[in-house]
Amino acid sequence: MCCEIEYTTIGGISGPLVFVEGVRGVGLGEIVEIRDGESLRIGQTLEVDEDRAVVQVFEGTSGLAVKGMRVSFVGRSLEIPVDRAMLGRVFDGLGRPSDGYPQVVTDRRMNVNGLPVNPWSREYPRDFIQTGISAIDGMNTLIRGQKLPIFSGSGMPHNLIAAQIARQAMILSEEEEFTVIFAAMGVKFDVARFFIDSLEESGVLTHSAIFLSLADAPSIERLITPKVALTLAEHLAFDEGMHVLVILTDMTNYCESLRELSSSRGEIPSRKGYPGYLYSDLASIYERAGRLKGFDGSITQMPILTMPSDDISHPVPDLTGYITEGQIVLERELFNKGIYPPIAGLPSLSRLMKDGIGEGRTRADHAQVAAQLFASYAKVKRIRSLAAIVGEEELSDLDKIYLEFGNSFEEEFLSQGENENRTIEETLEKGWRMLSILPQEELYRVRREDIDRYYIPSSDGGD
Amino acid sequence: MVSATETRNAPIEGKVISVNGPIVKAAGLTGVKMFDIAEVGSDGLIGEVIRLLGPVALIQVYEDNTGLKPGDKVISEGRPLSVLLGPGLIANIYDGIQRPLVGISEQCGSYIEKGVKLSALDAQKQWTFTPSAKPGDEVAEGQIIGEIEETPLVVHRVLIPPGVFGRLENVVEAGPRTIEDVIYTVQTKTGLYEGKLAGYWPVRMARPVRSKKKPFIPLMTGQRIIDTFFPIARGGTAAIPGGFGTGKTMTQHALAKWCNADIIIYIGCGERGNEMTDVLTEFPKLVDERNGRPLIERTVMIANTSNMPVPAREVSIYTGVTIAEFYRDMGYSVAVMADSTSRWAEALRELSSRLGDMPAEEGFPPYLATRLAEFYERAGLVETLSGADGDISIIGAVSPPGGDFSEPVTQHTSRFVRCFWALDKTLADARHYPSISWVDSYTEYLNDIEGWWRELDEQWLVIRNEVMNILLEDHRLQQLVKLVGADALPMFQQFTLHVAEMIKNAFLQQNSFDPIDKYCSPEKQLKLLKVILALYERGGVLVKAGLTLKDITDLPSLSEMVRLKSEIPNNETNRIDEYRERLLGELELLKEQVLGV
Repeated sequence: MCCEIEYTTIGGISGPLVFVEGVRGVGLGEIVEIRDGESLRIGQTLEVDEDRAVVQVFEGTSGLAVKGMRVSFVGRSLEIPVDRAMLGRVFDGLGRPSDGYPQVVTDRRMNVNGLPVNPWSREYPRDFIQTGISAIDGMNTLIRGQKLPIFSGSGMPHNLIAAQIARQAMILSEEEEFTVIFAAMGVKFDVARFFIDSLEESGVLTHSAIFLSLADAPSIERLITPKVALTLAEHLAFDEGMHVLVILTDMTNYCESLRELSSSRGEIPSRKGYPGYLYSDLASIYERAGRLKGFDGSITQMPILTMPSDDISHPVPDLTGYITEGQIVLERELFNKGIYPPIAGLPSLSRLMKDGIGEGRTRADHAQVAAQLFASYAKVKRIRSLAAIVGEEELSDLDKIYLEFGNSFEEEFLSQGENENRTIEETLEKGWRMLSILPQEELYRVRREDIDRYYIPSSDGGD
Repeated sequence: MVSATETRNAPIEGKVISVNGPIVKAAGLTGVKMFDIAEVGSDGLIGEVIRLLGPVALIQVYEDNTGLKPGDKVISEGRPLSVLLGPGLIANIYDGIQRPLVGISEQCGSYIEKGVKLSALDAQKQWTFTPSAKPGDEVAEGQIIGEIEETPLVVHRVLIPPGVFGRLENVVEAGPRTIEDVIYTVQTKTGLYEGKLAGYWPVRMARPVRSKKKPFIPLMTGQRIIDTFFPIARGGTAAIPGGFGTGKTMTQHALAKWCNADIIIYIGCGERGNEMTDVLTEFPKLVDERNGRPLIERTVMIANTSNMPVPAREVSIYTGVTIAEFYRDMGYSVAVMADSTSRWAEALRELSSRLGDMPAEEGFPPYLATRLAEFYERAGLVETLSGADGDISIIGAVSPPGGDFSEPVTQHTSRFVRCFWALDKTLADARHYPSISWVDSYTEYLNDIEGWWRELDEQWLVIRNEVMNILLEDHRLQQLVKLVGADALPMFQQFTLHVAEMIKNAFLQQNSFDPIDKYCSPEKQLKLLKVILALYERGGVLVKAGLTLKDITDLPSLSEMVRLKSEIPNNETNRIDEYRERLLGELELLKEQVLGV
């Protein structure tokens, strides 16, 4: 634009930050264009004083010099064009096309920061999504509009699980429009390639949008990527009425970028150097999931994060767990046993499960079966740690039956193939088969009438 | 109390000089006082003056202030941040600075846009006012001057505000009135006071009372582990610390649903949006067994979810507790649920860090402990200005990072509350809810409220302590079991373990979604305890006399014990007595058969 003022009064550059002096009338959170010769970078104001602005440059500051840089303030926050024509396309971390095709033509632009949803306007999520994975459907049910992260560790198959969920959950809802938005922050190209291939193989790539800010992109760009992806998701869900599944990987990288930015601003750190506002910042991303009263669509979020040294109390998984509606935790021990998916029986949780299951939704006995499996498996864990000390031979007969239950539970219930798609009926039926290993008196979380109906008495004299 | 439409001071105007997140520096606000409200920028964003440095005022802005520029105007009317108190609060849902969320959604759709200004109370609504005082009466602060039926559950008592004394000149007749009508006039020493149904009160100032008293009535919650083992008194304070997934919010919801306070103030402070939606959709449907009315008719909600502006989170708990004090002053028993005070403390940390304060532990400001103490001190059983008793109980959830109770917020909170319900991750993992640990929790109200339970049973405390001792013995024995296995223990200890397991499954574990088990009356709690104790005492004698654990566990009625809680409703507790008789009979028979006595 011809009439914009260009500033060349750069006070300094530090990390991803540029300090511009002598500026007037610049607002907080305004978009900044930085020109250096032919190249154009985008930034945003973080702090404004009477005559100075602190600018965060999304593409990083490498190669920039105090002299020769021209900065102009656009006068509005970062917006991206949104349109359903963006499905089937690949974008960079700031929402610009990176597949060689031109920018989508639309006059609908949305602010990437979004606005907080009025709690009054939310619709409580209740619709069960069948992922075809027993450990999730049976015990940690995913609900449409839920935010359910996968807590993983390096080397574990979180990507396989997320891709399996995306494929299998989509097939089921053919009568409704379902779409996947995939945002990669700081992951390697092959991880992104895996997702793209997996979506392509199942023929859903044309209904998906992909945002890539890969490991070689400037780290500060990652801070915008999930916001851009969720802005498109909001448009598709609440303007177009689609059911959107947003996969964000890897949130740990996002948090590290935030830590980097905070440290270059000289802020007082809280735990492990992360800024004190990490919780609020993560909430501004995760809370953009859900359903709204009067709208058909929904946004279901599945953020993936790797726990540094498998530590669930690390600030990133810890604060995430406080915001999201449960978590799917992958367990190293199961993984080493060769069990896929290695979804930990006890620490995994779905908070929205209670209202999305039961009669008319899944099956009347679902909640009790899940509670009984959790309770019995918890007992298995206790007995195993005892057996490690006294030896299995010293255990009581009942304890030995519990161990048998525990092994079958892991090998038959949790474990399944990467392309195995179980119905909820099959999952519950398997659950009862596991519970039937235990004597009836041990099943105190299930109702008597359900025992009469589903419990399989050991008639063939197994032992 | 300032009347709703009182003429305000002449506005002072200044200019923004810098913006750093929600903290704005402004110059030119001469004469502005600490904690005055300021309207910032062309959108008139609501802010509060939190620091005065010479000619510069620091303002924390309660709304998203993206786009705010140096040079934008700031206006202050010299009024402190206040809440509007009057009829119509009940069943309403507000954000942290008392803006009605229903009104906001009508005005701007599903999202909260900035600069929205709406009155907290409906000024058009007609309330049927019935006076109870007459012209010529000498009136004093806190005195009841009339009544309104706010909801079928709540009679709203209209009080003379604090600081007003004199002769009642005039009071309107019974009939429909709005909150803007002048209801009465009082001739005071300083002039004529015009009283209305609603008025403002500064959120950071506790409302005055005559005196504080020692709490003595338990706040019944229907949750067995709380009422029996770790009770809280009406007017008491409690904390629920627990890592994520241990069930803090579910416990808070259960208390908000079933505790026997007259008014519930539910503050969702920096928590999930869907949890507030859950309360909003569930409470109008849930019916209070005691009076057959929907629970929403006694509930006020404050929702400042995690994605809403951080400063408004800081103020939300004060907004909530000020509303609680308003109803307490009418003589009600009020319970405040604050979920979660950790998010409030984090908001405090974030703001203090932007102000450049020197941090104390883990980045929290040094005044964290003082602020926590001030907040919990607003609880209590009091004699109100009208002479009646009223009370506020505060139950605050705490979310320690990594579930580590040694962090500052949990540590400081535990100093100021008298009831500590520690949530246990292992219990939650086994889906044993409420996951309140019977080893790490404590209450200081046991002796205060014992008198109330004595009315039900002279021996209550003795019974409670005996059962508690079985649990503690079990905890000690479990350390041994981990090393040698249960079978290696003497028979009586194995029996103790078995009874403790029964206490956990048949008493402590409670399903808040089960139609019968969700609320357990005090009578039923006591009878269940007696059943378990009967098994322990009578069975113990037999085991000591040489019977094995299996002899006892084979008793036909024993497997039923775990289902008593969910199969026998509160009004049929005589069936628990019958069961107990049957169990005792079987034990007696066993004694005769095996021991031949």
